[in-house]
Amino acid sequence: MREEFFPTFDYGSVFVDPWWSGFESTFQVVLMGFFVCLACGVIGNFVVARRLALVGDAISHSLLPGIAIAFVFTSSRSLPAMLIGAAVAGVLTTVLIELIHRKSRVKPDAAIGIVFTTLFAVGVVIISIWLDNVHLDADCVLYGEIGLVPLRESFILGGANLGPLPIATMGAVALLDILLVIVFYRVLLVTSFDAGLARSLGMPVNTTHYGLMIALALTIVAAFEAVGVVLVVAMLIFPAVTAGFFFERLPALLFGVAPLSLAYSLGGFHLAKWLDCSIAGAMVVTAGALFVVAWFFGPKGGLVYRSRALGFLFTASKQKISPQIVG
Amino acid sequence: MVHIPPPLEIHDLTVSYDRKPVLYGVDVVVEAGSLVGVVGPNGAGKSTLIKTIMGIVQPNGGWVKIFGQPYRKAVTRVGYVPQRESVDWDFPVSVMDVVLMGRYGHAGLMRRVSKRDRRIASECLEKVNMQPFSDRQIGNLSGGQQQRVFLARALAQESDLYLMDEPFAGVDAATETAIVELLRDLKERGKTLIVVHHDLSSAREYFDKLMLLNMRLVAYGEMEETFTPDLLQKTYGGRLTILSDVAGQAAGRSEFEEEGNPKL
Repeated sequence: MREEFFPTFDYGSVFVDPWWSGFESTFQVVLMGFFVCLACGVIGNFVVARRLALVGDAISHSLLPGIAIAFVFTSSRSLPAMLIGAAVAGVLTTVLIELIHRKSRVKPDAAIGIVFTTLFAVGVVIISIWLDNVHLDADCVLYGEIGLVPLRESFILGGANLGPLPIATMGAVALLDILLVIVFYRVLLVTSFDAGLARSLGMPVNTTHYGLMIALALTIVAAFEAVGVVLVVAMLIFPAVTAGFFFERLPALLFGVAPLSLAYSLGGFHLAKWLDCSIAGAMVVTAGALFVVAWFFGPKGGLVYRSRALGFLFTASKQKISPQIVG
Repeated sequence: MVHIPPPLEIHDLTVSYDRKPVLYGVDVVVEAGSLVGVVGPNGAGKSTLIKTIMGIVQPNGGWVKIFGQPYRKAVTRVGYVPQRESVDWDFPVSVMDVVLMGRYGHAGLMRRVSKRDRRIASECLEKVNMQPFSDRQIGNLSGGQQQRVFLARALAQESDLYLMDEPFAGVDAATETAIVELLRDLKERGKTLIVVHHDLSSAREYFDKLMLLNMRLVAYGEMEETFTPDLLQKTYGGRLTILSDVAGQAAGRSEFEEEGNPKL
């Protein structure tokens, strides 16, 4: 236990030194944080819009057995095996949740609770039986260790060093998510908003749902080394809901992910430098703080704009257009 | 002689949810240019019928043909107005975005929305008097306005057959009038409309034909032939007691028509 919660704030050591003396590792940590938030935020917008935020939470937990089983089979931390294990676990989670919900009287939220705790527990059991002596420790799984990312082995492609492997992977996943959203934007939009219309237009509603869940699982597994399975959920939800206090259309919310990601990553890093604490934790605290700011001051539904005292400012600028009667 | 296939042909259609039958052996052919009201008690399978026609629900038996083709091949010829409560109105889209979705069937999945699509969407909003709202987030609209947006989206589909699930549910009087005008206008232009309706008392005024449904197809035909005490009794069973004035209406006792619309 240290003496004070807030160490003396020293601008130099919090903001300047990390970039001055240890530029490379600072840059890599911030970049990793940015990629994590970017990938999670982009996918998270659809997760939130579809009201699947809790499913995101469930998937993030049930990845554990997927990763553990992949680990047992390959007895190495091979990335492709872990990605496949995670994707299978992610899809299995959504399938099980829907199956229990549809084929019994269990309500959806209870079904989510049943599935993810069971799968997470299976993961815990597997790890404690077979992987006790292997480095896959619970702290890392739960909270991640983004600060250690610069120490990981480098990703070499065609002789070029592309930096630590987790950063290269996370960057690739973020890019993949963005490309998928651009290519399948309409299908994602219509299936998310109105599945009935989507089906009537001949769109593959179920395939899109499972495709999104696979992308979500891949994103979470790529991110979990940095921020862990608990904090990754924050990165899925915060960008969408925070931007929602500023913008009302999905494209704007998606563009809002980039600046928010930068703010979370930089803010979290420097907060962690100041308080000497977990970087991933500080990133989520920053995200939470920015959410509160948006909730109070956001022009679209923020508390200040809704309050009666300031209401006149709002109504003056946004006069109601009365609907005309046809005919 | 060239045979023109009818807009909608349903043969021996049976649908069930979890082994509980919802629709039994429905057989019907709807002719081009019909304005059909689908009525029946709660749980009669009205919405299920619409969803099965659109391929949203898979039937256990029988088939549906749209202009002589299976639904998949006639996608662009069918416009759909789902129940208003079926979507999340807090979804981050504007009124224009929703109406443009009606163009996606024509645009294909990859092509960008063209200027023409935007123009058509804008005209459709004009027709339901929602043009001034086109940039609004859909959550800021009243129930009637939301329903108009759905109608504009269906119009933007530029279809020949329209399927509407309770478009009159929970809308204000002005919107109700607007919808009736719109239905008439579409019918004049040779479109075929099949509208699920919950209020029997206004059905006679709004539609030309009735489809009486109660798990089975009780009757289908012109209003004079179907809006009879006998058939309504058969459709609504014992519940017709609450329909006494509607039954009176059917029997031609005009004084009952002056009174309020009993909601079913």
